[in-house]
Amino acid sequence: MSTTFVEEKPTQNLEPFKGVKKVPYEEYFTSGHRTCEGCESAQIMRLMAKAAGPRTIVLGATGCMYVANTSYYSTVWGVPWMHTQLGSAGSGALGVAAALRAQMRKGSMRDEPINVIAFCGDGGGADMGLSAISATMTHPDYNLLILLYDNEEYGNTDIQISGTSPWGVNTSFSTPGKVKRIMHHRWKKNVAPLILAGHPTVKYVATISTSYPLQAMNNIRKALSVGGPTFIHCLNPCPKGWDFDPLIAFELGELAVNTGIWPLYEVECGKLRLYGKTEAIAKGRFKRLPVRDYLLKQGRFAHFTEEDIEFFQAKVDEMWNRWLVPGVIPLEKEIEAEQRT
Amino acid sequence: MKADPQAVLTGTHFLDGDKACCEGAIAAGARFAAGYPITPATEIVERFASRIPSVGGTFIQMEDELAASIVLQGAVWGGAKAFTVTSGPGFSLMMEHIGYAAMTETPCVFVDVQRGGPSTGLPTLPAQADMMQARWGSHGDYEIIALCPNSPQECFDLTIRAFNLAEEFRAPVMFMMDEVVGHMTEKVVIPAADQIEITPRRFTHRSKFEYLPYGTNGDMVPDFVPTGQGYKFHMTGLTHDERGYPNMTPQAQDQLVRRLQKKIRAAAARITFFEEEGTENAEVIVISYGITSRVAQRAVELGRARGLKIGKFRLITAWPFPDEQIRRLALHAKALVVPELNLGQMVREVERAAAGLCPVISVPHAGGGVHRTDDILSALVEVMP
Repeated sequence: MSTTFVEEKPTQNLEPFKGVKKVPYEEYFTSGHRTCEGCESAQIMRLMAKAAGPRTIVLGATGCMYVANTSYYSTVWGVPWMHTQLGSAGSGALGVAAALRAQMRKGSMRDEPINVIAFCGDGGGADMGLSAISATMTHPDYNLLILLYDNEEYGNTDIQISGTSPWGVNTSFSTPGKVKRIMHHRWKKNVAPLILAGHPTVKYVATISTSYPLQAMNNIRKALSVGGPTFIHCLNPCPKGWDFDPLIAFELGELAVNTGIWPLYEVECGKLRLYGKTEAIAKGRFKRLPVRDYLLKQGRFAHFTEEDIEFFQAKVDEMWNRWLVPGVIPLEKEIEAEQRT
Repeated sequence: MKADPQAVLTGTHFLDGDKACCEGAIAAGARFAAGYPITPATEIVERFASRIPSVGGTFIQMEDELAASIVLQGAVWGGAKAFTVTSGPGFSLMMEHIGYAAMTETPCVFVDVQRGGPSTGLPTLPAQADMMQARWGSHGDYEIIALCPNSPQECFDLTIRAFNLAEEFRAPVMFMMDEVVGHMTEKVVIPAADQIEITPRRFTHRSKFEYLPYGTNGDMVPDFVPTGQGYKFHMTGLTHDERGYPNMTPQAQDQLVRRLQKKIRAAAARITFFEEEGTENAEVIVISYGITSRVAQRAVELGRARGLKIGKFRLITAWPFPDEQIRRLALHAKALVVPELNLGQMVREVERAAAGLCPVISVPHAGGGVHRTDDILSALVEVMP
């Protein structure tokens, strides 16, 4: 038996919910927020809190889920909640997890598993807070979950580009005009693979979607049970920033998966598993829908020409047809690349 | 040198301070902006992002304020005039790079639309609590230039001046707006391009073999290197000599840091802009800046209507501080009253400059709103002899 210097503490035993009817009624993300109608980011907060249960401490970096949930003399949180600055979700969570352990070791508090979850938006997770999250992921002996809710924009400051904003999108920092139609030329940052490839000791990394709520909750429960630092990246349609009817928020989440733009997968202890429609696409049981179906439902892509849609489709096709692992590893095997050329 | 007519939106406009600041930057020749969204400053670069494609330039959204505050310096050394905008929390993050700009003598402009703090504080509400941070925020000894507009018109005019000062002194210039001035919408008159004076970058006339990146010609400001013409330069945040090479001796430190300080202090009389009215015979003088000066104006009017002898002095340049002017006022005034949207920052400078010649009264406001006129008026009445 190999020697390990990592002192792992037990986590809560969070079995997956066997069905919607088995999900508890209790809410720990309650009324009192002022998020928009159809806000899927608020939805993942609710699912996250429900999945984690009452023995949980939640931290949140500055972002819309901070401001909209803690304003006007109110809070939505039914569990202890702490704000961290925009770039410090990872460090904040690490500090809380480390302090809990120290308190328990000294006997200052009862020794029991307590969930520590830090959420951050794409600004706080993919941009500003990435280094803090990365450093936190290298601490194998603290149990915590970083949940990145990704609405692909800075929603809190009136919709600007973030590191996960899709190519060509219209934001208030990339407004299409007569001189230049496409003002955002960068491709979306692929954060989950960044975490899993760069931090091989992390036991659980997953992508989720609020359009599959039961699955998302069970992914969260698994992340909280597996031990050590874990990371989940969730795509959250935003009616305000993406400019769509709030009624189709759920449908857009599904379309992101069904068009292959947002692959769903989990990596548990080094084993990759595609799941849901993504698995069906990969195994040929489901044909990817054209990205047009997803893009044209959103005002943020209303300026797209046919050429733009084709480019977007080609990039998604490339991801599925050429990547070593679609959606995850953007490498080609040398021999296959040579065969293509 | 005159402004580029293609870039100047000559005419009479109805703009808020943020947008006027952006127009000022474009008129001043800024062709690169780095931004990171933060209330209440975002609108400045939002406008820049939409305006700049038709003018010819670049806007890049960065991943945080640390990055924004250094990418603009890269742009300056790459040949552009550049600026970034932020508010309190972002300004805090930029501090290290502001020191770097001072040390490397990189001409650039940092716009801080001040909001309530500390920390996240009051994102959508005003304060003037970053004034000392603007002066002393980065570590080490250095001198800084900071301007304080009190209207959208001044946001336009003074932004141009900020860029000109940055070029003249090869120094970072702080542009200290506040939330109310940033979001206040008023008439802004943008003159014709040929009426806007622009300070061009001072490029060296020496050959690439004689050029010293930090060698000076008597005015303590080194000439800039023209980018892309084969000049070799070495730039570092370490203490350096005229060649730009690190030099760790106390002598080199003394020579460099004193020059960084002196080049601005020696010109203080020329670059400390202020507005003064009715101070000659005043018994009490109100000293204010930014949005507070607009509230103080009304208090002065009401006081004068009561027959009180009140004078008004407005700081337009906050740093370097107008020591001589304040001392002159303190010599004959019975008291100086300093209202500001913080719990007492610039009042300390006033006290220092007044040197005990007359009482200095602070009228603090923690931010989140502006003073009530009555608060300032009451303070004036109270100190009246």
